[in-house]
Amino acid sequence: MIAAGSPAPDFTLRDQDGEKVSLSDFRGRRVLLVFYPGDFSPVCGDQLSLYQEVKPEIAAKGVELIGISVDSFFAHKAFQEKLGFDTTLLSDFEPKGEVARAYGSYLDKFGFANRTLVLIDADGQVEWTYESPNPGEFPGANVIFDALA
Amino acid sequence: MSDLTSAPVPPIGPGDHVRGEGEGLIVYADLACPRCAAAWVEMAGRPNSIAFRHFPVASKHPRSPALHAAAEAAGLQGRFFEMVDSLYADRGRVDDPHLWERVERFGLDLERFQRDRRSADLAARVRRDFLSGVRAGVAGTPAVFDACTLVPVREREF
Repeated sequence: MIAAGSPAPDFTLRDQDGEKVSLSDFRGRRVLLVFYPGDFSPVCGDQLSLYQEVKPEIAAKGVELIGISVDSFFAHKAFQEKLGFDTTLLSDFEPKGEVARAYGSYLDKFGFANRTLVLIDADGQVEWTYESPNPGEFPGANVIFDALA
Repeated sequence: MSDLTSAPVPPIGPGDHVRGEGEGLIVYADLACPRCAAAWVEMAGRPNSIAFRHFPVASKHPRSPALHAAAEAAGLQGRFFEMVDSLYADRGRVDDPHLWERVERFGLDLERFQRDRRSADLAARVRRDFLSGVRAGVAGTPAVFDACTLVPVREREF
């Protein structure tokens, strides 16, 4: 897992609409990267759905929320539409999981990222991180607000 | 904006919906969540009390807000748990006409129900539960607290 205080590795990935998005686009703002295993998880109260419920409160802290998984951007679009949410989803698809690896979030055993939160400050430095004990568990939104307090 | 930093789960108070007597569980649940429906049936056999707290995740279950509002509105006429039991028992019939059928079956005032379920006070009541769950670390539903401590899913026995 990448350490707080490190420079956040820059990347360029496609979002759910196929548009290229770079981390450096957000310089001057705080960004919360949410690495997650994959779209369409069956768990009730999916991580991104829960965060969507408190997105106004996250935005009020001046933080941009971005989800990243190894799914294709076509899958991201369908996932977004199914859940009716508007959080940007980036596709870490090819080379598979390259960005997750750069942040130390990739799980070789499973072939996807662990559930990991990475808060990046306005200068592009890693401010705070959280890694779930296993991909089956995800942090409640309170963990995010504790980091932003 | 509400403070959403971590805070202990609020103990059961007079504003809670509680069924049964004595020490019991606090359950944060989504009325459109199938796992909650299954757990609700299991928990019904417990001898102790259950406090139901609202945790609707609308983007996961678009019908949730309407169902939680319906339960609260039924609660204002003394039939909160009848509505919850019925919604979990018959998950395929949760559109408005099905809610009205339930209201009539429970002998409630339909006009009042319709008015109440759209009120801002009622929405605030539901949101208050939801936010207390967020602060207590609820990440998925159902989330069960025993003596105000979250019971991990794999350790749950009802």
